Amino acid sequence: MKKYDKLVTNAAGRLVPTIVNGRQVIPFQGIGKHRPSGRKYAPHIFTVLDYPRDGNKTIATLEDALRMCGLRDGLTISTHHHLRDGDLIANLVFEIADRLKIRDLVWLPSASFPCHDTIIQYLENGTIDHIEGSMNGPLGKYTTSGKMNGCAVLRSHGGRVQAIQDGEVHIDIAILAAPTADPFGNGNALYGPSACGVLGYSLVDYMYADKVIVVTDNLVSFPCMPMQIEGSYVDFVVKVDKIGLPEKIVSGTTRITKSPDRLLIAEMTAQFCLEAGLLKDGCSFQAGAGGTSLAVEDYFHKILLEKKWKARFCFGGSTEYMVRMLEDGSVEYILDAQAFDLEAVRSMRENPNHCDVSVFHAYNFHSKGNYAGMTDIVILGATEIDINFNGNVVTHSDGHLLHGIGGWQNCLHAKCTIIPVPLFRDRIPVIVDEVTTLCGPGSLIDVIVTERGIAINPLRTDLLEKMKGSDLPIRDINQLKHEAELICGKPSKPHFSKEVVGIVKWVDGTVIDSLWKVEV
Amino acid sequence: MGKTVTCGNQSEHIRSDCQVILELTDNDGLDIQLNSKVKSLYGDSIIALTHEIFNFFGVENARIIINDSGALPFVISARIEAALKQLMVSDKDYLPDFHPDNSISLTTSREKSRISRLYIPGNSPGLMINAGLHHPDGIILDLEDAVAPDKKYEARFIVRNALRALSFYGAERMIRINQIPYGLADLDFIIPHGVNLILIPKCENSHQIKLVNEKIGIISTKHYLTHKVWLMPIIESAKGVMNAFEIANSANNIVAMAIGLEDFTADLGITRTKEGAESFVARSQIILSCKAAGIQPIDSVFSDIEDLESLRQSALQSKALGFVGMGCIHPRQIKPIHDTFAPQIEEIEKAKKIVIAYEDAQSKGIGVVALGTKMIDPPVVKKALHTIELAINMGRISQSWREKQ
Repeated sequence: MKKYDKLVTNAAGRLVPTIVNGRQVIPFQGIGKHRPSGRKYAPHIFTVLDYPRDGNKTIATLEDALRMCGLRDGLTISTHHHLRDGDLIANLVFEIADRLKIRDLVWLPSASFPCHDTIIQYLENGTIDHIEGSMNGPLGKYTTSGKMNGCAVLRSHGGRVQAIQDGEVHIDIAILAAPTADPFGNGNALYGPSACGVLGYSLVDYMYADKVIVVTDNLVSFPCMPMQIEGSYVDFVVKVDKIGLPEKIVSGTTRITKSPDRLLIAEMTAQFCLEAGLLKDGCSFQAGAGGTSLAVEDYFHKILLEKKWKARFCFGGSTEYMVRMLEDGSVEYILDAQAFDLEAVRSMRENPNHCDVSVFHAYNFHSKGNYAGMTDIVILGATEIDINFNGNVVTHSDGHLLHGIGGWQNCLHAKCTIIPVPLFRDRIPVIVDEVTTLCGPGSLIDVIVTERGIAINPLRTDLLEKMKGSDLPIRDINQLKHEAELICGKPSKPHFSKEVVGIVKWVDGTVIDSLWKVEV
Repeated sequence: MGKTVTCGNQSEHIRSDCQVILELTDNDGLDIQLNSKVKSLYGDSIIALTHEIFNFFGVENARIIINDSGALPFVISARIEAALKQLMVSDKDYLPDFHPDNSISLTTSREKSRISRLYIPGNSPGLMINAGLHHPDGIILDLEDAVAPDKKYEARFIVRNALRALSFYGAERMIRINQIPYGLADLDFIIPHGVNLILIPKCENSHQIKLVNEKIGIISTKHYLTHKVWLMPIIESAKGVMNAFEIANSANNIVAMAIGLEDFTADLGITRTKEGAESFVARSQIILSCKAAGIQPIDSVFSDIEDLESLRQSALQSKALGFVGMGCIHPRQIKPIHDTFAPQIEEIEKAKKIVIAYEDAQSKGIGVVALGTKMIDPPVVKKALHTIELAINMGRISQSWREKQ
């Protein structure tokens, strides 16, 4: 099987393979140009005859469950990331597979975290052939150093659903870590020692996988309600001592930044949204869990309170800051696919307007509409933005893969996409001539806010018009790039080899860019 | 093996700085070992800069290790020069070019608003780069208490290069030198490089001011400098408080005088409180001395950076006593201080009425200003004019406020 083959230049001008891991892939055609047809992919037909009539699907160990699911070489195993950096289950699955001498698996996580660095040993010894999902930190560096056997595939949260629904990815075994579950397989994340609030990424896995295993450390009698995982899709339920480390499930990254420079950027962002008429009574917004995004949210909160406005909804991942807005009436609904801290988990239990929403509804390309486009303001991060507003969120300027896409590409479809970033990090300019890796086309990125000026995409003549006469420093993006280079010096181009080590998918399943091996 | 020196900072948390370890050798040319997180983007330019500096100082043989965490060129060159000059004697300086913003006006005005002055540790270049973006009235690069004793020497090079290479985004360029007499040697590193104002810490008598001005005179003559350098003595002891007027009145380039309450309370052997009753007399003495000498009285810093509400209270009290500004140790403190010291809405409205009445009287050639049936004394008019000017400068009202009346 060829890792990749037949490179072509796609509609964004990037060189991408058309064969990846032995299968045909479609190069990016332009935004909204690719329309798959036919019927959605579907699992086999099951019958109740094959399942215990008393509904008890428990089995002694995860190893037994994996054996019963027919674990063998070359299968695709999915996990999800609700337990974040506290997840113990993904590592356990591959530890078992390795012990059973299984090889060439494909790991399909909805995201990876530093706790998954141990997966590297299973890539090295061949238990895992390649990863389709996200590769953070050392896993990312491992990938762009060219060490992964197969070709890595990066997808957005929405793109993962799309790929599963149109059959691009077939899940053989889905493993769902559930903070609470009953013997039938119903599960939720509201209760139990590893409660993480929401399981919004697991829905597509259990609906489309051939075999589904629920792993829990809090087994309760039937019925486990509410059911965020529906037991009628589940094959086996395994009770273990611990599915996660609670202190790491809600990781420390979800705090408002203390950096005065980032706070300044956040304040400018909020002021921009106010002056541009984006932040208003009845509006909707989404901000991630990064320190700057949270600070933007906090400034939004102050403005909403001061003006006595209510936002209609904000989109999770949720944090204590968002919960505060919900509970003092500044926001009417939180729509949430993942909870970032314990306050959010509590709110999910207590507040009827804090709603569990799957990525199905939020981001999916194969839905009859999704929520991303309905959101007024999204606040996103980026490692690089180029002078054509193209964005990179996965690699650093040295070419190494360091982040997953997350919901980033999906959120670009909001009514206004705003990226608050420092003009340079340490010495590395964020605004550059050309992004190292193209993750989002510039036509979908509207505003870049830096501490030294705000650049509005020339396509957004409406915003340019609105901001005329503002005291905010509205500047041309070329000026900002020039200023970064004046301060930092012009960076030289890092050396990439001609070897593709991974691909970046667009939300519709086409290949928007390649990841290249970084020369040492 | 020769002597090895180490300059600069390196640790997991240090950013935008570098550490230089240098040993001069007898042969084999320059052996440069660069460890840098930005190596793939700036490795070549860092190596080229290193060669250029060694060439400039005529050093051909050395072993250099650079542990870089994204330092800008002005930092790398300061670190290398500081290391070199500990191992060799040279009267040459490797100077970065002036930033275009810095050569526009070398002198600031005597009356310039000095409500906020932001302290930045003199050996922490990472904190300097964006300091001006928070728009304090002045930025103080601090060579005194914020720099550890064994880092004092290398900090001078960082401060000198920062004065030249960085934009202060309109903030007055201030340096706090070390206590006199040690601090006199700091002046060589700052006077020729565009400093606007020098803070003289632990000032106790007018002789210290004289020493500073003599040294400034010598340096200015040597470098053909004509611009004014302002002084702000900081009173931090009982002796200083008792001599406050003498100090304030001792030179015509003193534009402001500040009180430093941490050292003052230490000198008295008492504890500093948020209410500040223990320093009430001293602060009043500073204010009276400044007013009598026609300069700006400036209050100490507020040390709890998390407690912005107490800072606001402290600033209100400070303003009520007669201070016209405070020190800041974190950018977050700038806004509350500006908000407090800026003229308040009622003050502005009252001042507008007085100014209009005054202008009206002037245009009619009437010597006496009246508001309704009330006579307005000249000092009240003067204060109102000052309030309006301050309000315009701080963006509280527009230049054309009269049209909206």
